[in-house]
Amino acid sequence: MRGCFDAEAQVANMGSESRSGKLSYVVRFAGDSGDGIQLQGQQFTMASALGGNDLATLPDFPAEIRAPAGTRYGVSAFQIHFGGERITSPGDTPDVLIAFNPAALVVNLPQLEPGALILVDEQAFTEQRLKRADLDRNPLEDSSLATFEVVRIDISRLTEEAVKPFGMGAKDSQRCKNFWALGLMLWMFDQPRDPTVAWIERRFANEALRNANLAALNAGHAYGETAELTRVLAQHPTPAAPLARAEYRTITGAEGVALGLLAAGELADTQVMFCSYPITPASSILHHLADLEDAGVSTFQAEDEIAAICAAIGASYAGRLGVTSSSGPGIALKTEAMGLAVAAELPLIIVNSQRAGPSTGMPTKTEQSDLYQAVYGRNGDTPIPVLATRSPGDCFDTTIEAVRIALRHMTPVMLLTDGYIANASELWPIPDIDHYPPIASTKPTENTEGSVFQRDPSTLGRVWAAPGDRRFVYRVGGIEKDIETGNISYDAANHQAMTDMRAAKVASVADFIPDQVIEQGSPGGLAVVAWGSTYGTLHQAVLESIRAGLDVAQIHLRHLNPLPGNLGELLGRFHTVLVPELNTGQLATLLRDRLLVRVAQLNKVTGQPFTVQEVRQAIQQHARPRLKEVRP
Amino acid sequence: MSEAVRELTFKDYATDQEVRWCPGCGDYSILKAVHRALADAKADPANTVFVSGIGCSSRLPYYVETYGFHTIHGRAPAIATGVKLANPALDVWVITGDGDGLSIGGNHLLHALRRNVNLNILMLNNEIYGLTKGQYSPTSRIGTESPSSPHGSLDTPVQPGLFAIGAGATFIARAVDIDQKGLPVILNEARNHVGAAFVEILQNCIVYNADVFDDVVAKKTAADTQIHVVHGEPLVYGKARDKGLRLNPRTLALEAVTLGVDGVTEADILVHDETNPVLAQLLVTLRAPLPVAMGVIHRRQAPAFDQSFVEHKPAVRRQRVRQLLHKGNILDRR
Ligand code: SF4
Repeated sequence: MRGCFDAEAQVANMGSESRSGKLSYVVRFAGDSGDGIQLQGQQFTMASALGGNDLATLPDFPAEIRAPAGTRYGVSAFQIHFGGERITSPGDTPDVLIAFNPAALVVNLPQLEPGALILVDEQAFTEQRLKRADLDRNPLEDSSLATFEVVRIDISRLTEEAVKPFGMGAKDSQRCKNFWALGLMLWMFDQPRDPTVAWIERRFANEALRNANLAALNAGHAYGETAELTRVLAQHPTPAAPLARAEYRTITGAEGVALGLLAAGELADTQVMFCSYPITPASSILHHLADLEDAGVSTFQAEDEIAAICAAIGASYAGRLGVTSSSGPGIALKTEAMGLAVAAELPLIIVNSQRAGPSTGMPTKTEQSDLYQAVYGRNGDTPIPVLATRSPGDCFDTTIEAVRIALRHMTPVMLLTDGYIANASELWPIPDIDHYPPIASTKPTENTEGSVFQRDPSTLGRVWAAPGDRRFVYRVGGIEKDIETGNISYDAANHQAMTDMRAAKVASVADFIPDQVIEQGSPGGLAVVAWGSTYGTLHQAVLESIRAGLDVAQIHLRHLNPLPGNLGELLGRFHTVLVPELNTGQLATLLRDRLLVRVAQLNKVTGQPFTVQEVRQAIQQHARPRLKEVRP
Repeated sequence: MSEAVRELTFKDYATDQEVRWCPGCGDYSILKAVHRALADAKADPANTVFVSGIGCSSRLPYYVETYGFHTIHGRAPAIATGVKLANPALDVWVITGDGDGLSIGGNHLLHALRRNVNLNILMLNNEIYGLTKGQYSPTSRIGTESPSSPHGSLDTPVQPGLFAIGAGATFIARAVDIDQKGLPVILNEARNHVGAAFVEILQNCIVYNADVFDDVVAKKTAADTQIHVVHGEPLVYGKARDKGLRLNPRTLALEAVTLGVDGVTEADILVHDETNPVLAQLLVTLRAPLPVAMGVIHRRQAPAFDQSFVEHKPAVRRQRVRQLLHKGNILDRR
């Protein structure tokens, strides 16, 4: 969907850069969980979207709900990259860091480049709070910030003054600090305040609180306008992004999956039953779908992960589309039941919002390390199709595609997303559901007769008959069954035939998916081949590398099992294949296994996404300069 | 499914599949009682679903000519919950055993009962693991010698009925596999109950735990070792119907008394009130030398989960989806 950028408009914008010559900025908000950092980030996101900017965000928060204040590990941050050009990554280095306490400052310093602007809440740099952040000296008072532009603002006191008329004491006023800072940031980038004003008015029923927060927001904004500091705090308006004609909204990955399920259910004319058990970072999908029965999706919060997938399987058996969602540890628990769905030949969607493992790992940090689990991780020869989303907006289309496959082939499908995509947001052109072809299923029609185990020869999907239908009363289960009658069978040849059928069914998915395309660049030199949430950063890195004259192309996979039929041939046209992944090399293994190709790896498992710089360095190592005369 | 169902006999509820239990297994008579109960209820096979887990008992759905789903170990209540929520019009049965339902699947049974999902849950309790060749189970009595407990099992068994009470079950009954008259009646009481109905059936595993219930079910002594409870009737038993249960107010326990002995009259005998959960707890835990309670021990009305889980079919679903796609702030660049 992101191909909707208007290239001509992009060129036209070149002349309308902001004063500093930059088309886009990276801002990072950082403080304690209790400082409302994520809220500031979301509100700023909304404002820049409505201001016409393209954007990408990176929420980065601790697993603890209210981590001890002032500690380094308790720092919650929100980064947004926004502006008047196409934006695919949340940005490597913030142009502006706004730090609410010493810990927020020190943990984010390593990311900054010289010249970056740092705004700090001066009052937070007390001896006690420096100690909480394990600092023996105040960084505002030594030379450690010499290479940056530092602006000290007494946000705490200014907020206190702004909200005093509404009866807020010093302590309560601290809770309005986030809106003060947000107001200043909105001024600084000339973003509209109205969405936040509307949000505050909706959100706070209590009049005093509502007015106090509005006052804080406006005071922060006014501070920017009038402070004498204007020479340091210049305004940096950004032009509107060159967007193709459409209606846009912001979307997170969790919203993308939820909306995709709603749309897919409607396109398939099938009720959807979403069954899950709370787990970070997957729970938000459940939250988005709760209470949407009128749109064809019901939700069930089960007693555990196993019950969640089992209830979904029960729903699929009974004629609804069962969906379950979790993260790696929960997916592990669901494994046995996935085998049942394969054996019973039932449609099912399993969403995995991956997080850093093993075991509990790092629940709020992202990783792509469940690919082996998705493709190989079941007992028996139990193949299932696997798809991966590449961005929040892409979650919508990939979810619809997953449902299409599940209903066409009567198979469980694993949909991989991750903690980064789930929480991050981007600007999304709202699709018209009427432009999507209906999703076909194998539900019996009035004329269907015979056994439920007759299979479409091209998809190997069996008839999706459900209880209530007098014509198809049948029994099925996890015991191996006769390929024709479905009755229990331990027959040797039959098990061979069933195993072959299950493999052929998943392989047949490749007959229906589009050929793999090259995102950018052309064959010959280095192919950067990847999957999942690294898409945006890789896009930027490859784009910059091409502009720098390197012979490099980007290939990004949605279908991981089966791989697109032309992928082997496509990769054969490149000199080198580089696979960057946020794991220790799982797609690399898969490509070697399935396509017998040599691949180089770039791996990172820090719980953080790649930076554009990291990828560019790796490309530099593997790519040759593009020789113009070699080109045909 | 408005088409009229032709009158079905109990044979029509049997499938053409060869039944594969050991000869003499109590499961045969339970299967027969299931066929009988369905015939008595004129159950529509198309609207009936049997869901089971793993174990000897869990093979039962293959032998019932209705929809059936033989699933994975312990998970039948969860899968049945999904079936029932997806289509509340279905009559959904869960077939489980003591290992399946109280060991590996104890959690799901707990939640199906406390949610009061409208399911008919039959637990075929044989106090042993049959299909895995005779290991002691969570209901095996202390000292059960088995391949995995050669010197006798050490762990205290779980009492299925007491577990069900603890889970907040709204229907609890108990029956014996060979009771071909009483069992189908109880099965239909369970079927008619709105909410989760839990029926413990004492089932004889003739191979690995033969006659373990003899102290309760042996024909010769059954009249004295069982008490068949009926709502609103006095709790009497015995061949001569001369014994009864009385509440001892000092111990808060039931005690056996004989009419006419020590001045005991019918007025001293407790009357069964199936809606009383306290009495249910006293009855469900009765053990020799007191008689073991059979019949509907507890039944009360409470909202069933699937009733509150109805789908609201929208007039224009697509319009609603479109509306949700446009939720929030919109940047219009058309
Ligand atoms: S092992 Fe026991 S319970 Fe299983 S079929 Fe044989 S007799 Fe029945």
